[in-house]
Amino acid sequence: MRLTCPLCGDRDRREFYYMGSEDYLNRPAADAPIAAWDDMLHLRTNPAGLTRDLWYHETGCGSWLVVTRNTVTHAVLSTERVADRASGRKGAAK
Amino acid sequence: MRYSGWNVITQGLLGNKGWTRAWRDPAPKAEYDAVIIGGGGHGLATAYYLARNHGITNVAVLEKGYLGGGNVGRNTTIVRANYFLPGNSEFYSHSLRLWERLESELNFNIMHSQRGHIILFHSDGQRDAAARRGNAIVNQGDDAELLSIPQLKDMVPYLDYDQTRFPIYGGLIQRRAGTARHDAVAWGYARAADQRGVDLIQNCEVTGIDIEAGRVMGVQTTRGPIRARKVGMVVAGRSSQVAAMAGMRLPIESHVLQAFVTEGLKPVIDHVISYGMGHFYISQSDKGGLVFGGDIDMYSSYAARGNLPMVEHVMEAGMTLMPMLARARVLRSWGGIMDMTPDGSPIIDKTHVEGLFIDAGWNYGGFKAVPASGWCMAHLMATGEPHEVARRFRLDRFRTGHLLDEEGTGSQHNLH
Repeated sequence: MRLTCPLCGDRDRREFYYMGSEDYLNRPAADAPIAAWDDMLHLRTNPAGLTRDLWYHETGCGSWLVVTRNTVTHAVLSTERVADRASGRKGAAK
Repeated sequence: MRYSGWNVITQGLLGNKGWTRAWRDPAPKAEYDAVIIGGGGHGLATAYYLARNHGITNVAVLEKGYLGGGNVGRNTTIVRANYFLPGNSEFYSHSLRLWERLESELNFNIMHSQRGHIILFHSDGQRDAAARRGNAIVNQGDDAELLSIPQLKDMVPYLDYDQTRFPIYGGLIQRRAGTARHDAVAWGYARAADQRGVDLIQNCEVTGIDIEAGRVMGVQTTRGPIRARKVGMVVAGRSSQVAAMAGMRLPIESHVLQAFVTEGLKPVIDHVISYGMGHFYISQSDKGGLVFGGDIDMYSSYAARGNLPMVEHVMEAGMTLMPMLARARVLRSWGGIMDMTPDGSPIIDKTHVEGLFIDAGWNYGGFKAVPASGWCMAHLMATGEPHEVARRFRLDRFRTGHLLDEEGTGSQHNLH
């Protein structure tokens, strides 16, 4: 499996650190109830099929990426920088 | 038909024409007292102990494929009870005791082999940790023994003791640990459950769970609806999908774990050897193949096959420990889907739905747990109360903070 970093291009999977479902981006407020934190930390989406998850380009540019891929076939459909998504810029790479 | 040496001889003389099939192939009834979703090791064991320990025999096991076709037939077959934390310690101790009488209990040859399991350590600090773990195991009532280098060299002379990265300082052995034939465990439980009246229904996929006013009423399947007031979800590998039918989100992320086997060789590795620093472990099957594996691939997957980086990592780790492996040829490799929980420990608990129970989250350690998991899940389903040795395997422990983090690595799925 290889991932295309929008900044660095097509790279070996070993350059990336896996963080889990993109649910992790929906961080509750500090004073949110425990259930909201439990939901974010532990009760993540775990689909058999299309998923969107977070990868950190650890030995590359240091970007956090949202990767759209298929957990059954390991096909990678698209990658996008979290930073670009937050600012609304177009940074998606096929 | 009872299996015995006498029957092997007489059937041999009679042309083996008298053997009967090991279990029936019944059509599903409209209603059961209890339904187990999942015909793997844990599901079959649950059904067996429901009948044996609690007299509940009007039970169906629903399996979407064939019995034992999932992880119970795809693992590296290690049986041990060398856990440290209260909660895990007594559970796996209970399981090992059940293993030791399983063959006579099930009247089935599961090829249980107590060949000893050795954990290697590579520093003074790790030796202290191993001694502490060993003491904990002795205190739980099981055996553990610290091995010095001369003792270890006498038992396993073929390790590379002086490697520069992780020189070997000694080992911790549990002599009662070992291996068993994985398929036979599923078949043995299936046959014994069937003999006690349990219906084993294959090619029957559950497509929905019927819930009315917070109470489970039955399940929808590809072979029609089945009513039941008690339903157990025992489907590690697909837990998130089945639980979603009851509107649940689980603290589980699914990962793929790879394993490898070489072509058959003469006996060379007499124990199970665990090399934690290299994420590598190995044993030799009775057929002669070296069975070994490493860590999960570290990203969520349902592919039942892994990727090459972990293959390379496992081979490298094996070579640093046992240079002789270079001469062996890998016959095949495969991957299984693991229910990874945030703390690396399993779940046996009730759910928010009355009458609906869950047994899941076995990470990469489900095989050794099969007997105790079935025992405790059956106890929970029959009595409504958690069994004494499984009382900490709670579904809500991540929210409440009562973690069972055996590795001490944290409370996130990708850390175990």
